[in-house]
Amino acid sequence: MSNYGSSSIDENKILYLEEQAKKIRIEIVKMCHIVGEERKAHPAAALSSADIVAALYFDIMKIDPLKPSWSERDRFILSKGHAATVLYAALALRGYFDIGRLKTLRTLNGILQGHPDMKKTPGVDMTSGSLGHGLSAGIGMAIAAKLDRKDYKVFVILGDGECQEGLVWEAAMSAPKFQLSNLIAIIDANGLQSCDEVCKIIPLEPFGTKWVSFGWNIIEIDGHNMRDIISSLEIASNPKNKPTVIIAHTIKGRGVSFMENDNSWHQKAINLEQFKAAISELGGDCTSE
Amino acid sequence: MNEEMASTRLAAGEAMLELARQGADIVAISADTSKSMYIDLLKKDFDERCIDTGIAEQNMMMIAAGLASAGKIVFAASYSVFTSMRCCEQLRTFIAYPNLNVKIIAGMGGLTAGTEGVTHMATEDLGIVRCIANFAVMAPSDAVAVKKAVKAAAFYRGPVYIRVGREPSPVLSDDKSDFEIGRSIMHKKGRDITIIAAGLVLYEVFEAAKLLEKQGINAGIIEVHTLKPVLNPELILSEAMSTKNVITVEEHNVTGGLGSVVSEIIAGNGTIKFKKLGLQDTFAESGTFDELLTKYRLKAPCIAEEAIEMIK
Repeated sequence: MSNYGSSSIDENKILYLEEQAKKIRIEIVKMCHIVGEERKAHPAAALSSADIVAALYFDIMKIDPLKPSWSERDRFILSKGHAATVLYAALALRGYFDIGRLKTLRTLNGILQGHPDMKKTPGVDMTSGSLGHGLSAGIGMAIAAKLDRKDYKVFVILGDGECQEGLVWEAAMSAPKFQLSNLIAIIDANGLQSCDEVCKIIPLEPFGTKWVSFGWNIIEIDGHNMRDIISSLEIASNPKNKPTVIIAHTIKGRGVSFMENDNSWHQKAINLEQFKAAISELGGDCTSE
Repeated sequence: MNEEMASTRLAAGEAMLELARQGADIVAISADTSKSMYIDLLKKDFDERCIDTGIAEQNMMMIAAGLASAGKIVFAASYSVFTSMRCCEQLRTFIAYPNLNVKIIAGMGGLTAGTEGVTHMATEDLGIVRCIANFAVMAPSDAVAVKKAVKAAAFYRGPVYIRVGREPSPVLSDDKSDFEIGRSIMHKKGRDITIIAAGLVLYEVFEAAKLLEKQGINAGIIEVHTLKPVLNPELILSEAMSTKNVITVEEHNVTGGLGSVVSEIIAGNGTIKFKKLGLQDTFAESGTFDELLTKYRLKAPCIAEEAIEMIK
C-alpha cells in the first residue's frame, strides 16, 4: 500500500470528505435500525464501502443531483448491490431525493428496493444485486461514452468475494481489449463474504497479479484512507489506454467497532441498544431520525 | 420446392444494416457469432457500432444492458440456446427488469439447429423468455417477416426477443403486408378447424390446409408471430369459438410456447370460466412476503373474492 502523490491534496478537502463518509455511515446505521428485523439489510458490507462512495459522490464524480439522467454525467455501478444502503445514503445526502425517504428502505411501494433499482431510485445508474454483473454493464456504458465522443467515466465497485463469479473475469478479459481508459473498477476487498473469509472459501490470491495479467492498470490502497482513495481515483481518471482497477483493502463493518470483522453483521438488523452505541461512536445524534 | 427461399438470419443482418444506414443509434453485439449472425454486414460502414465479446454470452448481454442504459438501441445476436438459457438471468434482471432497449436476435431457433443436436437446439426459449415480464417475444415465419420484426423492434420501447432460423426457408409474405409487434395475422378464415402457428412451421400449416381442403375440410390459419404481447386475442378466441376445433403448431415444447399462449386465451375467455391468479406479467418489488401476497392479490380473502365473483 502506498500514497500516490497524495501530499498535494488539500487537507481541508480530506477532512470534508471524511466528514461526508461519517454522515453516510450514520445514515446506513439508521436505515438498518429503523427497518427492523423483517426488512433487515446488509450494514457491514455498506460500511466497508463508505469512504470510497463518499470520495466518488462528494468529490470525484461529475454529477448533478438535479439532473440524474444528465447524459454527460459520470456513471456509478454498485456491483455489490447488497451494500445498497451506502449508495442510498450518498444519494440522499447529495440531494437526489429527500433524506426522509431513507426510512422507507425495503418497504412496499417504496423507491428504495432491497437492492439498487435504476428505474425506481433517482441517481441509480444500473440495477444490481445479483453479483458479478456490474463490471460488464460498466463496459457497455464506457463503450457508449466512446461512441458518443463523451468524456464521462464509469466507476464500478465490486466486492472481493464477488470476484468468485465467472462473469467478472469475462469482463476483466474484455475491457482491456476495448481500451476502456474511462472504466474504473474498485474492489472493496474486505476479505469476508457471506459464509466465511474469502481466502477460506475460494482464495483469490494472487489477486492483483490476476488483474495485471488480464491487462489492467492496478493500484492498491487502504480503502479507508481518504488521501489514498482520492489520489488513486485521480490517477485512475487520467490514464493511458487501458482500464484501471483499484484494489481497496477495507474492513467489513468499518466505523462501528462491534461490527468490524464480525461477519454475523453481513445481514442483520440493528437493535436499539446497538443503534445507540453505533451512532454514539460515529458522533451522530440518536434522537433525530 | 418452387417457393422462393430466403435466410431469416441474413434478413436480420440486412435489417440492422438498413437501420444503421437510416441513422438509427444502434449497436450490434455478438459473441463470436458476427459471421453466422451476419453482424459482419455492418462492419464495412459501421465498424465502430459492431462489438464482439468473444465466446462470452453473459458478458455480451451485460455490455448490451450498459450500452442501452446510455441510450443505444442494442441488437445482441447469438444462438437461441445461449440467448435464452445461458443468459437467462441477464435477460431477466438486467435487461427486462429495467426495461432496457436490448433486442435479442436468437439464431438457430427451434428445430433449425438440425444436425447440431440438442446442445444447440432451443425448444424452450420462447416459453422461458415469455415468462419474463416486459419482454416481447417473437417467432417470425419467414425472412420478410424477420426484416419487419427487426425494424419494428428498433422502435419498440423495451426488450424484444426475435427467434430466427438457420438455412433459407420459404418466403411466405411480402413487403406490403401489415406487420405489427403483437398483432396476430389471420391468413385464412376457416369453417371446420383453426390451425394456429408460430415461426417457420407456418409454411407446413399452409401446406396442411391444402391437404385438408382436398378432404373437404376447411381449415382457418392464424399466425401468432408475437407470443407476447398478444394484442388481438379476440381474433384467436372468435375463430376458436366459431370452428370449435383448434390445433397449435410450433417448433417448441408444447409447454410454455404457442400452445400455452392459445390455451391461456381460450381458457380465459371461453365457455369454461377460468382465471389465473398470480403475478400478471409484472415484476414485484421489495416488501415482506405477506405484504406482497396482499398487493398481488394472493391472500385468502382475494382468492375467495375472485371465486365468488366467478360463480355468481
